Amino acid sequence: MYVAVKGGEKAIRNAHKLLANRRRGDRSVPSLTLDQIAEQLALSVARVMGEGSLYDEGLAALAIKQARGDLIEATFLLRAYRTTLPRFGYSTPVDTGAMRVERRISATYKDLPGGQVLGPTFDYSHRLLDFALAAEEEGDLPEPDRACHTDAPMPRVTDLLGTEGLIEPDPAGDPGAAVGDLTREPLAFPADRDLRLQNLARGDEGFLLALAYSSQRGYARTHPFTGEIRYGAVEVEFYAEELGFEVPLGTIKVTECQMVNQFSGSAKAPPAFTRGYGLVFGQVERKAMAMAMVDRALRWQELGEEQTAPVQDEEFVLSHSDNIQATGFVEHLKLPHYVDFQAELDLVRKLRAEWFAARDGAKTGTQEAAE
Amino acid sequence: MSVETTSNLEQEYNFAYLDEQTKRMIRRAILKAIAIPGYQVPFASREMPMPYGWGTGGVQVTAAILGKADCLKMIDQGSDDTTNAVSLRGFFEKTAGVATTFKTQEASIIQTRHRIPETPLREDQIIVFQVPIPEPLRFLEPRETETRKMHALEDYGLMHVKLYEDIAKNGRIATTYAYPVKVAGRYLMDPSPTPKFDNPKIDRMAALQLYGAGREKRIYAVPPYTGVRSLDFEDHPFEIQSFDKPCGLCGAEGVYLDEVILDDEGGRLFVCSDTDHCEERRAAGHTGPMAADPAASQLSKGSSDAEDTVQ
Repeated sequence: MYVAVKGGEKAIRNAHKLLANRRRGDRSVPSLTLDQIAEQLALSVARVMGEGSLYDEGLAALAIKQARGDLIEATFLLRAYRTTLPRFGYSTPVDTGAMRVERRISATYKDLPGGQVLGPTFDYSHRLLDFALAAEEEGDLPEPDRACHTDAPMPRVTDLLGTEGLIEPDPAGDPGAAVGDLTREPLAFPADRDLRLQNLARGDEGFLLALAYSSQRGYARTHPFTGEIRYGAVEVEFYAEELGFEVPLGTIKVTECQMVNQFSGSAKAPPAFTRGYGLVFGQVERKAMAMAMVDRALRWQELGEEQTAPVQDEEFVLSHSDNIQATGFVEHLKLPHYVDFQAELDLVRKLRAEWFAARDGAKTGTQEAAE
Repeated sequence: MSVETTSNLEQEYNFAYLDEQTKRMIRRAILKAIAIPGYQVPFASREMPMPYGWGTGGVQVTAAILGKADCLKMIDQGSDDTTNAVSLRGFFEKTAGVATTFKTQEASIIQTRHRIPETPLREDQIIVFQVPIPEPLRFLEPRETETRKMHALEDYGLMHVKLYEDIAKNGRIATTYAYPVKVAGRYLMDPSPTPKFDNPKIDRMAALQLYGAGREKRIYAVPPYTGVRSLDFEDHPFEIQSFDKPCGLCGAEGVYLDEVILDDEGGRLFVCSDTDHCEERRAAGHTGPMAADPAASQLSKGSSDAEDTVQ
């Protein structure tokens, strides 16, 4: 028993050898290639890139392979790699209005400039297992009827609403202001919206999903409409001081979600629609939507609303959204704790001895009184 | 980790893993922490290649202060060869290539989780603690915004009430580890989850004490020879654990002991938690009452085995 925690170096080495073997699995089954993961498990790759805060499909695929498909472990690998990379600066804000759109839907308008583009989606599919996929060779797939993306201009729905003044304007940005970065400065409260959004963008999909869901079920009152979800490629540009102009770095694929919420007005502001914003790497719609709803709920103070629910509690939400922090601390309970346990053991033994002594004392006491 | 990646680590990563900018940021936090004993300094903790809660704070502090000439001792639960101590020591052997030791006397930096060595530390040594929850008031008040205010106002009534309630309920203070202390008469501090047995050691300790909490992004410090008082009441003075038996292997008294269960019939062996202290004593010829027991020889074999592989 004792030897189990005294195993030390040799045991660790053997455990890791065993893990490497289990990771590979049955040798008669071909090994996964990173291309296969990046192409066919693209949504896993997107989630790992988003929560890992590093846009690199190849590295994310490698992380997923190494983590045996455990996406939080893969995210951890990516984060630990990311932290060692030199930081040259910050990109200029991406223009999602100029996105090369593959999918764009709005739940608030039947039709709108640029149209509704379903694109690749699970929506409206019947969730029936497709046994044809179980075959070794999947055979030829029918070609889709339209190109994957469209070049029609697609103004953002919130911009359309904005021209009528029905939705709160985006706060005027100060281009000179530094953008918060919680990977360089520890998060402090109260946190501004830039930091909140950064935190949510890196946050755990499941955690945000549950919080957003709670807000729909009455824990904080939000009545969201999906103003728009768009997915596609945007260009990332970097302002190079030495050159004096912006240089394109490449394109990344992102999902943007703008939630439009009813707002009955307050002493501070007239009735209008308000915004919740979500932006994530890859096609991760569930997370983008949840992020937008949580973002909106966290804005209660600024809009003069009442705070009633966990999803509105900035400290609660932002302190617990990071799954790498969460999994580390929960799993650290696997580490030996016998020194502290010994201290507790000692105390419980003492307390029990006193309890029994008191009980026995009381017993003899009452007996004596009876006699 | 495969052999290839370990041998490449030294070229791929900076000395002691962290880049120099990050080390500088951490050193600034450490200097501030030393200047304000017991105050929790926020720092931009980095993601490390080991999980949060497994020593990332201690590792970052050690990485920031480590030099090529240092000799590092890494302990967990008082022992050099528990799994996580082995893993973290291996990390610095790989990324910094520094000398490591099991001997408290030889080390210039000691990183620890949950214990302080029994051998008194010297002025030329630094002890780095791994801290899970740096805020002593956290379990009384979960909000950082509130606890920071309480520290600023030196408003520690809540903690005294908690200790008083312990006495009212149990007849004694029921905190056995992470026992709250006041540093230099000002800041309330969590000495990390070391058993309160070790609290007297941090009072006026000759060595510099650095505390690192990675997940919570805080560093704090106790400079050498700083007064550290464990909270108590006049009629309920602070007291430490005492064991009614000596160490079964080396016969040491007045040290912290681990309880080892030998069988399912209530057989127990108490041995030094500080394995280096125990081995030094046995090497000097001390023997405990259970030294001849087969279980005891298994134990001492267990640790020397590990030493072989660590070099």
